[in-house]
Amino acid sequence: MTNSIADMEESKCFLITGTNTTENHPVISTFIKRAVTQRGAKLILADPRNIELAKFATVHLRQRPGTDIAWLNGMMNVIIAEGLANEAFISERTENYDALKETVKKYTPEYVEKITGIPAGDLKTAARLYATSGASSIVYAMGITQHVTGTDNVKSCANLAMLTGNIGRPGTGVNPLRGQNNVQGACDMACLPGNLPAYKKVAEDAERKPFEDAWGVKLPGKPGLTIPLVVEGAAKGTIKALYVMGENPMMSDPDITHVEHAFKNLELLIVQDIFLTETGRLAHVVLPSAAWAEKEGTFTNTERRVQRVRKAVGTPGEARDDWRIITDIANKMGANWNYDSARAVFEEVAKVTASYAGITYERIEHKGIQWPCPTKEHPGTPILHSVAFTRGKGLFSVCEYQPPAEQTDADYPFALTTGRILYQYHTATMSRRSKGLNSRTPEAFVEINTDDAKKLGISQGDRVEITSRRGTIEVVADVSGRVDKGVVFIPFHYSEAAVNRLTIAAIDPVANIPQYKVCAVKLRKVA
Amino acid sequence: MTITIDGKEYTFTPGQTVYEVARDNGIAIPVLCHQEQLKPVGACRVCVVEVQGARSLVASCAMPAEKGMVVTTTSERVLKARRLTVELLLTQGHHNCLVCESNGDCVLQSLAYSLGIDTPRFAEPPTVKPLEQANEMIVRDMNKCILCGLCVRACNEIQVNQVLDFSGRGPTASVGPAFNLAYEDSSCVFCGECVRLCPVGALYEKQGRFKSRAGEARKVRTTCEYCGVGCQMDLNVKDGKVVKVSTPRWNATPPNHGSLCIKGRFGFDFLDSPERLTKPLIRVDGELKEASWDEAVAYVADKLAVIKEKNGPDSVAGFSSARCTNEENYLFQKFLRAVIGTNNVDHCVRL
Repeated sequence: MTNSIADMEESKCFLITGTNTTENHPVISTFIKRAVTQRGAKLILADPRNIELAKFATVHLRQRPGTDIAWLNGMMNVIIAEGLANEAFISERTENYDALKETVKKYTPEYVEKITGIPAGDLKTAARLYATSGASSIVYAMGITQHVTGTDNVKSCANLAMLTGNIGRPGTGVNPLRGQNNVQGACDMACLPGNLPAYKKVAEDAERKPFEDAWGVKLPGKPGLTIPLVVEGAAKGTIKALYVMGENPMMSDPDITHVEHAFKNLELLIVQDIFLTETGRLAHVVLPSAAWAEKEGTFTNTERRVQRVRKAVGTPGEARDDWRIITDIANKMGANWNYDSARAVFEEVAKVTASYAGITYERIEHKGIQWPCPTKEHPGTPILHSVAFTRGKGLFSVCEYQPPAEQTDADYPFALTTGRILYQYHTATMSRRSKGLNSRTPEAFVEINTDDAKKLGISQGDRVEITSRRGTIEVVADVSGRVDKGVVFIPFHYSEAAVNRLTIAAIDPVANIPQYKVCAVKLRKVA
Repeated sequence: MTITIDGKEYTFTPGQTVYEVARDNGIAIPVLCHQEQLKPVGACRVCVVEVQGARSLVASCAMPAEKGMVVTTTSERVLKARRLTVELLLTQGHHNCLVCESNGDCVLQSLAYSLGIDTPRFAEPPTVKPLEQANEMIVRDMNKCILCGLCVRACNEIQVNQVLDFSGRGPTASVGPAFNLAYEDSSCVFCGECVRLCPVGALYEKQGRFKSRAGEARKVRTTCEYCGVGCQMDLNVKDGKVVKVSTPRWNATPPNHGSLCIKGRFGFDFLDSPERLTKPLIRVDGELKEASWDEAVAYVADKLAVIKEKNGPDSVAGFSSARCTNEENYLFQKFLRAVIGTNNVDHCVRL
């Protein structure tokens, strides 16, 4: 997030898209709902589903899945045409505006309506609300990123914010909501194939050198492979060994039939986890580790706040802290690591990670600090880009609408979109073993529009078979107006009806993010 | 601007209530239905004070401080009114403190004690209401409800879930979801904000029932294990087990200010699942068999070394986890880069 969670209460208008916030970030949704109900903030919701936040929306744009660039460009078209662009901000803080202007010219509300299904009038209303509120905040999550055009979707959000000067001030910003407790931290710590800690590039000699000095070894300069490409490499036989720590790709990756085939091809699969996951069952060696309540450390939340994790109880049996397991393996392979605690590791992190340099366990004893925090005296940074962007001037990117990698047709007439629900979590390793959570939604389901269900003879609670070009699963029907006609939604938490048997492994060319939010399926009632 | 409280003058900022001025100056006025995050309503009358020139006692939590106001917080008239209020609250239900989850952490109990109410003057109601405990998260004991309305305001003002409200009048007044539905049959999403703010034992966590009385559990402040909001919470630990997750009733700690969702508040029992992995496993003849740590570490190190030697470091890859700590993620990528010699390290950021 460029801004902070608490800062949302200062927003006068939200553009919320690709986040079912009340279910996936429930506590953040309370900040949004309070701003709307108690302080009169406007809410533009752009979501194909009639989610809970629609009740609070000033205008709800129900786009066809996979058409986000079109409506975002459409909003910019209206803003420019109606003279609502922030010319002062554009000339002072940005570049490449003329190219943007040229690109969005053809995205008139009427043209956008044909692509997205969003009524032209609603798009105009939304554009005016966003551009004129004085402090508008864009909030998004995986509904924007999990597309083959994910990178351009994000850039389009940034374009819209810069066009109206809604960045760098309280109540504004481009605010992605990170889905897992430490996804921000895992990125900061460089569990990414092209980065070193604090987003230094492995391919840049000058940026790699300080780490070679700090770690006392020569480091490879060639960027590594992202998850989809590692899976591909395993299938082809170029990747021989895979070490998986606290992740369950046999549930979370797209097209898991293919993932299974790839993993079975490995010479060595190491899985380190708290439960024997679907991935662990394929492993050659399984290492039992500590759960969150059993260890010390830090997580970095979606607003870049580094916070403490504390050990409350012991590990079961012989399970061990992950840091210790990794250290033992490293030392067995000839390294000379001397860490004796999570704190010792964090002290090294602060030494080599510029944005964490001023953070210590003592400083975050009672309250977390938001990075960048370059020195011990620095209070942290609640709002990014307030004076300048990281690269200097903000660059308007040219993004054209492209259709999703797989489209519906006569054989597969429904667009399947996937996501999470309130009562389960990700691959459900924890939530399905939690009595209360699992009691709410113990079974996989598919949301089907009432009219579609009628045509197919499907009633609430019927068992339905869903088939894509990659696989078939069977789930229970949940018939309502929550999804639009022609769209179905299935959560990805349930291993016995794993929706990622159906999803397509098409990826965004830049970020390599899979297109979980659209693929083509057909359905039929199970007799 | 100044105001006089109990004979001493204090400055205040316009907009502050009498209660806030007193609190900021170390004068303790008891409150019950008041909570810092909520708009004051002055419903319970426990915080009444005497204001010179006012016709009746006023609720200090809702009364704005005014220039020259003269306030008395502990006159006999105030104490008498406060005592009567608490006695009436006590007669509203069945307050059996012996086995109450809130015993020792109950606002009503503290008031009764500090006001010296050893035997309430009025009889308890004749009927006992059944507990609502069908769901796995929250138990509702309406025998202990004093209709302070904090749960209603928590649900509507803080979480904006709009599930709870008052219904009925006089002796039949109650709080709960529409049509007096049980929580699990209503639109309740079990965030537990009502449990957090309940000042008595009317709402409590089912998982923690009979597991630890107030003060017995050690509270360990940590960050939630689920989504990226990073809510701060207290793990209540007794006898080496997490028995409950709680957050303080009054709390301004970012990012969540005491709020949680169902996952954070009620989704911790996987910790004690019998399915937890407790020993390393190595595949022998197609089956995963228990092994010692020495064997497992040697197995991994030897195999990785052989594969690296034979096929080069880029034949090895690692998937780290957005659910692990910064420290663990840092070491994981350092291991792949500095020990194996590959940049093939990624995690579930896109998934």
